[in-house]
Amino acid sequence: MKEVPMSTCEREFILKAIRDRKRIDGRQTYDYRRLKVSFGMERGCCIVDLGDTKVLAQVSGKIEEPKKNRPTEGSIIINLELSPMASPAFEPGRPTESGIEMNRILERNIRDSRAVDTESLCIVAGEKVWSIRADVHVLNDEGNIMDAASIAAITALSHFRRPDVSVMGEEVTVHSPEDRDPVPLSVHHMPVCVTFAFFDQGEFLLVDPNRSEERVMDGRMVVGMNMHREICTLMMSGGMLLVKEQVLRCSQIATVKVAEIIELIQRALDKDAQARQAGEKCGFAESVPTNKITTNRKEATAIDTTAAAQQASQVIQEAGPVDKPMSNMLVQAPGTVQIGEGLVNTWDVDDEDMESEEKEGREKSVTNGREAVATSKPTERKRPVKAVSHAEGSDSEEEETVMLFQGDDETKSTEEPDSTALMQPSNSDKPAKKKGKKKKAAQK
Amino acid sequence: MAGLEIISDQGYRIDGRRSSELRKVCARMGVFTQADGSAYIEQGNTKALATVYGPHEVRKGRGKIQHDRAVVNCQFSMATFSTGERKSRPKGDRRSQEMSMHLRQTFEAVIVTELFPRSQIDIYVQILQADGGNYCACVNAATLAVIDAGIPMKDYVCACTAGFIQDSPLLDISYVEESAGAPFLTVAMMPKSEQIVLLEMNSRLHADNMEKVLDLATQGCKDVFAVLDRHVRDHVSESHALMTAS
Repeated sequence: MKEVPMSTCEREFILKAIRDRKRIDGRQTYDYRRLKVSFGMERGCCIVDLGDTKVLAQVSGKIEEPKKNRPTEGSIIINLELSPMASPAFEPGRPTESGIEMNRILERNIRDSRAVDTESLCIVAGEKVWSIRADVHVLNDEGNIMDAASIAAITALSHFRRPDVSVMGEEVTVHSPEDRDPVPLSVHHMPVCVTFAFFDQGEFLLVDPNRSEERVMDGRMVVGMNMHREICTLMMSGGMLLVKEQVLRCSQIATVKVAEIIELIQRALDKDAQARQAGEKCGFAESVPTNKITTNRKEATAIDTTAAAQQASQVIQEAGPVDKPMSNMLVQAPGTVQIGEGLVNTWDVDDEDMESEEKEGREKSVTNGREAVATSKPTERKRPVKAVSHAEGSDSEEEETVMLFQGDDETKSTEEPDSTALMQPSNSDKPAKKKGKKKKAAQK
Repeated sequence: MAGLEIISDQGYRIDGRRSSELRKVCARMGVFTQADGSAYIEQGNTKALATVYGPHEVRKGRGKIQHDRAVVNCQFSMATFSTGERKSRPKGDRRSQEMSMHLRQTFEAVIVTELFPRSQIDIYVQILQADGGNYCACVNAATLAVIDAGIPMKDYVCACTAGFIQDSPLLDISYVEESAGAPFLTVAMMPKSEQIVLLEMNSRLHADNMEKVLDLATQGCKDVFAVLDRHVRDHVSESHALMTAS
């Protein structure tokens, strides 16, 4: 299935945010998403969650004949599967170019850097060797499959135990797990890949791009590194042009990130080893947290209203005399209050007349120096219209209900604060403005 | 080959070079008549052929047509007789597909594709003898072939390998040195602006040594560029002389 093309405005939005050093999901430029490593019941089974990207790796071993030119070495095979389960963009069957590239990077990262010792996989030189196979399946693609896959592969290889083999002369005995404890593979070091996404021809770079960032990026660089600061693999391609300094900077950033990731992997492995030893249940069923809301019930909570009543009376007392009688207010309907005289109830007149009235009202209010502007047509709102204050320093920014009538501006300028507002009319700008905004937000 | 040292005490490598010397580069342009552009290059014992067809109409798959630029299609294959042992799958295996993809990405970045919308440029590369630095020979041969075809490029693309053995960086790794398991870096870059088009590294290299190796590879690419440029100029002036003479 062909992928839905990304709209231009979404693309521009993401690029603009990146140029402002912001990412859509709120991370910093060098931040990874939440990384979680969990193991299955079987030895050698590992699931890695990098944000929403989910990758499963399973390691299995088989006894085979060795290659002709390397009779004393076993083999490590790494296979990356991109199935349509991960994303509708992947086709079943032949892997795409990007799939092949990722597979090759994984192979080079683990196999060519000799992360797992192949000499120790030899049983009988020239005849029988272990062939270890790591199958990495992508379960969900939310960006940056490469990193998740590399973490899953090396963790699974570290977690795996192969059956113990004893050779007596010509006899080779493969011991079952009940007979003798399975033996771990000899993993020399843990190479982990860090992906960098480049934008604007290498000017901006991000670590751990998510799906939308991947679709917008110019190109990417994958740096595979281990704890000893050795670069195990490096791949930069994608039609981008970089200079040497950028490459070196990326390798420095990768050093830091890899250290964090490997620490996390070690902790996960230790925790799993402890759990297995203690005989606790382990496996996916245990590692996936049960996010269940079983009941949702709220007790009726008693609210102490004594203080509120006191405060209210205090407010009213301190409010001071009201300049103008509030008898102007007419309650038209629940939620609709009219202050001032309206000539005619203009609610069911044509829209044109309403707009012209509204405009006149607005113009007059602007020329008067008032900051309040009517923000919406009366037909759209039944509640009093909230004014948006674009204040330049007018002292009273009380909220007012702007009425759409051809009344005088004088009446407008001396309007009382909204009856629904239980706050003190204050003269200072800042508090009123804050309250105004809060009320506005509350209203909305 | 256990007794063979990669670098002897006097600092000579197995083939007698010093650590920062390139292998001998021989190039020929315009080898084939059918192709729009073709080139043959020898880097030491590595021999590569490249042919370029295009820009022409997009033949296979109308879905590939790009409305604003040309599509670059690369195919890499190694002859079955190119390696020490007969190679059973010259193309279609993962390594060849990866190489083809890298070549395509390299040339898509360098060829001015905006000049030829809705068309396709084909680059076919064949390795006749593989003695290390296969990708580099392909890139260098393809550069010459694209120049021979007259397709405008932003700059030459020159590629070179650099390795790190026994605490010293080596330039232009041969097959023996490759199979010794030492890390080596393949760099394809545009020599004048020193912009890297493709970077690939195998095996383990400590991050501190990275800069040295990268610098050496950059220098190697510039040396390759000098050789290729001189050859192109000679070739053009010869052809010009032949044409004006008659």
